[in-house]
This record gives sequence, C-alpha cells and structure tokens, in this order.
Amino acid sequence: MLTIGIDSGSTTTKGVLYDGRTLLKQILVPTSHKPKVVMQEVYEHLLHGHAEESVYTVTTGYGRELLPAAHKKVTEITCHGKGAAYLGATVGADIGVVIDIGGQDSKVVLLDTYGNITDFLMNDKCAAGTGRFVEVIMRQLKEDVAFLDQYVAGSLPVKISSMCTVFAESEVIGLLADNVRGGAIAHGILNAISDRTANFAKKLPLEREVFFSGGLAQSEVVRKLLEDKLGHRVVTHPLAQFTGAIGAALIGHQKKWR
Amino acid sequence: MEIKKELPEIFESFAEARRNGFIAAKNFKEQNKPMVGTFCTFMPQELPLAMGAAVVSLCATSDETIGEAERDLPRNLCPLIKSSYGFGKTDKCPYFYFSDLVVGETTCDGKKKMYEYMGEFKPVHVMQLPNSPVGTDSLTLWKNEIVRLKEVLEQQFDVTITEAQLKHAINLKNRERQALKNFYALGKLNPPAISGADLLKVLYGSTFKFDREASIEEINALTAKITAEYEAGKQLESKPRILITGCPIGGVTEKVVKAIEENGGMVVFYENCMGAKHVEDLVDESESDLYLALAEKYLKIGCSCMSPNPHRFELLNRVVDEYAVDGVVDVLLQACHTYAVETLAVKRFINGEKGIPYMSVETDYSTADIGQLNTRMAAFVEML
Repeated sequence: MLTIGIDSGSTTTKGVLYDGRTLLKQILVPTSHKPKVVMQEVYEHLLHGHAEESVYTVTTGYGRELLPAAHKKVTEITCHGKGAAYLGATVGADIGVVIDIGGQDSKVVLLDTYGNITDFLMNDKCAAGTGRFVEVIMRQLKEDVAFLDQYVAGSLPVKISSMCTVFAESEVIGLLADNVRGGAIAHGILNAISDRTANFAKKLPLEREVFFSGGLAQSEVVRKLLEDKLGHRVVTHPLAQFTGAIGAALIGHQKKWR
Repeated sequence: MEIKKELPEIFESFAEARRNGFIAAKNFKEQNKPMVGTFCTFMPQELPLAMGAAVVSLCATSDETIGEAERDLPRNLCPLIKSSYGFGKTDKCPYFYFSDLVVGETTCDGKKKMYEYMGEFKPVHVMQLPNSPVGTDSLTLWKNEIVRLKEVLEQQFDVTITEAQLKHAINLKNRERQALKNFYALGKLNPPAISGADLLKVLYGSTFKFDREASIEEINALTAKITAEYEAGKQLESKPRILITGCPIGGVTEKVVKAIEENGGMVVFYENCMGAKHVEDLVDESESDLYLALAEKYLKIGCSCMSPNPHRFELLNRVVDEYAVDGVVDVLLQACHTYAVETLAVKRFINGEKGIPYMSVETDYSTADIGQLNTRMAAFVEML
C-alpha cells in the first residue's frame, strides 16, 4: 500500500513516495510559473512503475488544490508538523517546535509529545524573514544560493538595518559602493533573517528541540545562527526540504488504514 | 435644522442595489424624520430613537473609497476609519449622505482625530468617552455626556426629548436586543441550525433598519422559522465550533468567516461589535434615573479601547462554555492598535483559563490575502 505526498511550494515542488515504512522515491523541481503542470509531472514521476498498485495521494502547499488526482488536501502547517516529528525521530531528536523558512512565508509550529499540532504562527505578509529575502540578495550579489555557506565562510556579518527586502536591496547597493565584501553582506543577511525568525518564534512557548525545515535549512550557517539566538538545540535533516511532502505522505498512510 | 431629502449628484452612476439603498433612505426622509449616523456601539441609540429618528451604522466595510480617504488620512490607519471617511466624503453611502447628524465617540485615536476632519463637511457631534469603565468618575463623565447628547439633539432638531419618550425608546431597544439575543442563541445548537455566514448576514443587516418595531418582528419571525425547521430535522453537519472576537467584521471581511467555513469549521458566535458585544447587556428599566441606566449599560461594552477591559473577558468566559466553543479566532484590522495589543491577553485567557486553541489573524479591506487566510484557517481547523 503506497502513499504519495506532494508539497507545491512557491519556489519548489517536492514529492515523495512512501510505503508505510520507508521513503521509496523523492523528487524536487522548481515550481516555475506553472505550478499545476509541475505538480502533475511530479505526480507522474512518483507513480512511474507503480501504476498498477493502489496509491493514495495527499497534496499540500500553496498549490494543494491543483492536482486532480489528489485524494486529500492538507495545509502545509499540519504536514510540516507531521513530517518534522518523523524526520526528527530518525536522528534521535525529541521535536517540540518546527521552524520552516519557505520561499514566500515562514512558520513556527508547536507539537505535543505525540507530534500533534498545538499552536502555530505564520508570517505571510512580508518577504523579509523568508527564503525570498536571501534569494533576492544573492541574485544581486550574482552568487548561487546553493553555495551560500561557502560564500559566507570566514566573513564577519555586516549589520543590515533594513527590515524590508526592497529597502535591504538598496542598503546592499550602498554597502557594495563602500567596498564591503559580498560574503560579509550575505552573512549579514543570514544574521538578520535568523534574528527575525528567532524573535518571531519566541512569541510561542518553545519547548524541547527545534526542527528546522524549508530551503534555508540546507544552510549550516543559518542552523547554527538560529540555535544561538533561540537557546534551544536546532536539528535538521538532509531531507528537510521534503518535510511537508513527507508529512502529507504520512497523513495519507494514516488515512488509508483508518 | 433642515432635514436632507435630495439625492446626491452621483446617484445616477450607482449600481441598482446601492440606488435602492438611496431610494429607501430618501423615502424615509420624505416623512420628515431625521436620520442619525453612528460609528460605534457606545452611542446610546435610545436618544435619537426617542425623538423618532432613524439610527444607522456608518462603519463602512469595503475598500472602494480608501484611495479617496488617503488624500486626507495616513495610509497606515485602520481600514474601517479610512473607508468610512471616504464614503462620507464621496456621497457614495446612502446612510452617511442622508444622516442629518453624525455622532462619534472618543474611542480609538484614529477615529477621534478623523472626526475633526469629518466635521468640515458634515455636522458631527463627538461624545467624550472615558478610557476606563471602572469607577464613579468614569460613570459620571459618561452620564453627563449622554445628557449633553440629548441637549445637542434637542437643539439641532428643535425638539424636546421627554422622559416618557426615552423610556419608550429604552424599552424598544431592550426588546430589539432580546430579539437579537434569541436569534444568535441559535448558535448554541449542535448539530448547528444556521451557518456563521448566515448569522452574520442577519446581525449586520439589522444595523441598517429604519423601523425598529418591524425589525424586531422580522428577527423574531426568522428565529421561530429556523427553530421550527430545525425541530423538523433541518440540521447542518457538526463541525469544529469557532467563536469570532476582535474588530468589527462585515462586508469584505466576511472573507474570514468564509475561510473558516469553507475549510471545515463553523462560526457559532460573534463576540465582536457586529455581534454580542453591545447586545448582551440590557438597560436596567427599573432604574428611575434613565440617564444613569443608559450610562451603566453602555460603559459595560467590552471594547479594547477601554483600559482595563474586564467586560470582554467576562463575556468570552461565559460564551465559550455556553456555545461549546472549540477554538477562538481573533480578527484584527490592520493598524487597530488596541485590539492588536489585547491579543496577548486574549490568547493567555483562551489558552490558559479556557484551555482551547486561539488564533489571531490580521486583515484589511482588500481581497489580496484570501489565499493566506484559507491556509491559516484550514490549519487552525485541522488542529482542533
């Protein structure tokens, strides 16, 4: 019995195939300007070779309504909670908090000891504090986001005072004109986003360990910054970008057996 | 004072529904009866009703006139204030247009300063509302302000408001409150008898009725009809039961109710000022000093502009139990500072004392955030 979980995010679309014990397949592709087409492609890729089996599909993320074959749609908040509890357990962590920094929003989710959601906060009004902030500045610096950690290595973060992506962009132009190194600027941006995220998360009563998901979780620098600012152990996972998709697949599995 | 009976110049450009609003208001005014516009529930409607006036709510709920308002007012101001001011300025609201007097109160900072500009193009009387519901000084101040409103009305409209008329109006308003209470108490039923969207339609609609006796009859008939149908088996599906508190909603902000109800929840109670906040407490008809009785009732309205604001928590405490509420959604209009600051106290109270989930959500009069509202409300319902 198989389940597919697909997370259609603003920047990337993630999908996993799950058999109730292990993840058989995963795929990540840019959402581009065609979320519906991309979602269908991800679905077909995961289904390939399993067309004869019974598969239950759960979608999540901004594009969760776009896949006609989906059996169930669940919000990314619930899916991130479930997925984080699962991934955290695989690295021996006791997850009480999920911090997800996505492409166009960021969220903090509190979990009880059973992995159920007890509270959440969402920032969806402003690009500063989301992955978009880092993306915009890295594009301005003509650097690849994939090599973020190497790029900022060895530099001291400069202070970025603008709390708005658009204003920060002009601030960066000013810093470049003052001959500040790009690595120090990018480091400053990561520091600013970590500050913002930590302060946002502290609005909720944080307990136990924190799971860090979303695209920015690829960065060890950000993970460490968050840990310092939160005063809680922050863990992540190589599959952290798939947290929502994994959560969706897990929910599908539970549904199917009920 | 000359009562306004003519239609505005831009009338011809309006769509049918709004034209009908203007015609209905004009027909009422043709009877030589005045119309008094209000912004907040603190305004003792009994006084204008006592002199035979219609009392209408001027709290606007669409972003249509915000651009116009921003020529005079800052952008970072609550959309309700900007929208209402804009409708006033542009003659696009029949109720504002035909109001012979607008009565405001010194509730929030935004409103009380806005009235200063509104007074430039409309007769406006501002009542000085105390900041605190506690203590005899506040009560005395508010009672004096109510007496002062009576004098202003008498002077402006060249009438005398007698004790007998006022007593009659107090009884009328109490009967209206009781009718509304009986109506929204339908929300106690589980499985539900009526959706939150329909509850709101009736509550919101009742703020624009010229004839209160007819309005009371309509509401009572509706309650009886729904009750009878419910008993005959017309019941809705049981879903997680949501209470809405916070800023006034209606018009475009019904998007919050929609987001809850399209994502698996059911709104069973409105604690905000489109709902129970000003309806729950009646005026004490056994009190011989009518003005004191009015002052006592209206000072009990649990608005966040009050500090401290115990009455909001007393009402929440009671209705969370009475309506078997599963979760509370606190709606904030952008830049409403007092409600925004009070979210922490409400969250502590709802999570702590009542032991149920709480979510606050900030919105405005645009439709830009409908996607995000859906995600947030769906996740909240999934959590219950």
